[in-house]
Amino acid sequence: MTKGLSKINLTALTFGFAFLYLPIVLLVIYSFNASRLVTVWGGFSTKWYVELWNNQQLIDAALRSVQVGLVSATVATVLGTMAAIVLVRMGRFPGRTLFSGMIYAPLVMPDIITGLSMLLLFVAMDLSRGMFTLMLAHITFSMCYVAIVVQSRLLTFDRSLEEAALDLGCPPAKTFFVVTLPIILPAVISGWMLAFSLSIDDAVISQFATGPGASTLPIEIFSAVRRGVSPQMNAVCTILIAIVTTGVIIASIATKRAEVARMREERAAMAGR
Amino acid sequence: MTETVASKPEGTSPWGRRLVVAVPYLWLLVLFLTPFLIVLKISFSNKVVAQPPYEPQLDLAGGWQAVKDFFAGLSLDNYYAIFEYTENIEAYFSSLKIAATATILMLLIAYPMAYAMARAPKTIRPTLVMAVILPFWTSLLIRVYAWIGILDREGLLNASLQWLGIIDEPLEILHTEIAVYIGMVYSYLPFMVLPLYASLEKLDETLLEAAADLGCPPWKSFWQVTVPLSLPGVIAGCFLVFIPAVGEFVIPELLGGSGTYMIGQALYAEFFPNLNWPGACAIAVLLLLVLVVPIAIYQNVQTKEIEGRA
Repeated sequence: MTKGLSKINLTALTFGFAFLYLPIVLLVIYSFNASRLVTVWGGFSTKWYVELWNNQQLIDAALRSVQVGLVSATVATVLGTMAAIVLVRMGRFPGRTLFSGMIYAPLVMPDIITGLSMLLLFVAMDLSRGMFTLMLAHITFSMCYVAIVVQSRLLTFDRSLEEAALDLGCPPAKTFFVVTLPIILPAVISGWMLAFSLSIDDAVISQFATGPGASTLPIEIFSAVRRGVSPQMNAVCTILIAIVTTGVIIASIATKRAEVARMREERAAMAGR
Repeated sequence: MTETVASKPEGTSPWGRRLVVAVPYLWLLVLFLTPFLIVLKISFSNKVVAQPPYEPQLDLAGGWQAVKDFFAGLSLDNYYAIFEYTENIEAYFSSLKIAATATILMLLIAYPMAYAMARAPKTIRPTLVMAVILPFWTSLLIRVYAWIGILDREGLLNASLQWLGIIDEPLEILHTEIAVYIGMVYSYLPFMVLPLYASLEKLDETLLEAAADLGCPPWKSFWQVTVPLSLPGVIAGCFLVFIPAVGEFVIPELLGGSGTYMIGQALYAEFFPNLNWPGACAIAVLLLLVLVVPIAIYQNVQTKEIEGRA
């Protein structure tokens, strides 16, 4: 069965990946279109990128998105990693079912309900909406994704290293930072990246969680897109796609290398060298 | 792994252990659970022109009488209003219909893909998985936007079909049900492919070889061995896409038209333009009630999966 791909399988893959990638590729190509019309190719041009550079409102929104993304991804990674440890290592404790429910529910919860409920909480707490509430909202939904990513790493992890440290009298907190964290670090980093990209991509929840004067890039894109397709939007989207793609590829290569190095070290340690 | 070992590291210092549990627990209680209780409460309130635009307000300083007044002020009016306003009821049904149809379409497209990925040489499988995940990292908004340029009346699809001479008049695809299906399938496909791939990859090939040795034709062993064994992946994938698809807002808003008014749009319209907060909350509560059964099934499957691995 594994002697290569049959024709049917190859066709399925070709069509599947064409479907996944073609729209994005077309969007990128047409961001370099000199013509304002979508269907007419008017030659290569970078004028929409130049125009973008002069759009102060959009640049402000982008900077705001990055700020919110950095803060919320970092807090969400700390909270999400703690949550993953609770799920995998704490055994049974009162309220465990509710806890795991609160971790899994946001993954499938429609954005619009999360957004609405967040806004009503902020109103009830009398918090004025802006950057701070935006961060609170983003941390809450993205920490659950981090928890899932880190949890799956914790489940496949060799406990004997941790136990050895504890048996030798290393305090639990130190064991975590010296032994556990370095091993689960690739998962923690990809959790951070996931949280960052979720934060920087979110339009619906942000629309509810933010206030006047604190719109983010996706909110700006959403309101522009409602007015129709424009080459300038293609240019914004292309920049975002480029950043995300580079980030993901670099991270995956880095984690793969770290993984290989770690496995080599572990094997060497086991061999007593 | 036994329970005593599992709880050993943090168990040695009860305070550290409690802190690790308490911090994320409290965060989620305050910022995830409480908001839903507030939504529930406001769904029984009445719309008023004030800030905030609903009443009654709970005034604990007023003592017992104020609490009694508060509960007397609550009503089911917003729920009656949903049923009286046929557009909202239709939005519920069309959301379920669109989400179910999109889920089936995704299953039909994702299964051959996941199957081919699981049968690909081991060395290229991680790359294929990565290639499925990669588009998911770009914003949903961007992926939906990309389709507007393709499906538009003056878009790339119509332009190329006309250029090829297949059609004379441009097809009306954008702002129809078809556009919403395309958008949904496109946006959620990775969520369907990955669980399917996970269960197909685990499949023990000796079972298929055994079937073949006993004279079972390939198509028959596919139906009688492969499909039943991949069922957990099918279930996980279907719920993982169906639940968010029911409450989807961006896709029908940008790609759909008057025939694809979904419940997420109804909620948004009640909340922002109409400023009817109690009405929007009632819609949200009903939507959650519709989703509670699939969410419970999904969580059950998920928990079993985790406990099976632990």
